Amino acid sequence: MMAFYWISLMLVSCAFAGLLFRLVKGPTVADRVVALDAIGISLVSIIALLSLIMGTAFFLEIILLLSILSFIGTAAFAKFIERGEIFDRDHNR
Amino acid sequence: MTTIVNILIIVLISTGVLFSLVTAIGLVRLPDVYTRTHAASKSSTLGVLCILMGTTIHFWAVEGIFNTQMVIAIAFLFITAPVGGHLIGRASYVAGIKLADATVRDDLKGVFDQKTDIKK
Repeated sequence: MMAFYWISLMLVSCAFAGLLFRLVKGPTVADRVVALDAIGISLVSIIALLSLIMGTAFFLEIILLLSILSFIGTAAFAKFIERGEIFDRDHNR
Repeated sequence: MTTIVNILIIVLISTGVLFSLVTAIGLVRLPDVYTRTHAASKSSTLGVLCILMGTTIHFWAVEGIFNTQMVIAIAFLFITAPVGGHLIGRASYVAGIKLADATVRDDLKGVFDQKTDIKK
């Protein structure tokens, strides 16, 4: 079982390298944000496999935190690409 | 019992790793922001869902720890990852990023004014 976990961790790391390639090379900002979102999700699966290998359940709390942070970062970047600012104040108050 | 659990874990984690690799191949090979969004939202969601379910079953059946945070994380990722992909696709269309040359039709053509983000 441990060899299977190691092999799957290596394959997910290869996928991570492909996502890093798109993060560095991507022609526009939106490409980089898509790659960053996929990197956050891929990091979650790497942490899950790492906690399987090490045999501890203490890493599992990071998974929920990372998924929330990845979604908030993606939403903030989407708003920044669309409007040019993240926090827009209401001037008609 | 142990054999059944191991087979279940191996099938789930293999499916997850396969979909993670498909995500990376799609993100490297596809020509466009929108098609890359398509690759990055759907298949990576399914991949990480399968890997997290395998991890939950391992810690539940082998080590006797049922972690409810994993269930919450699975539900949260299942909801939010396609929403994030949709947000990025819409923002990049409003910002005026060009489609690929092989695009056949564009249903949103002329719906958004490219500068002011106001529907005509």
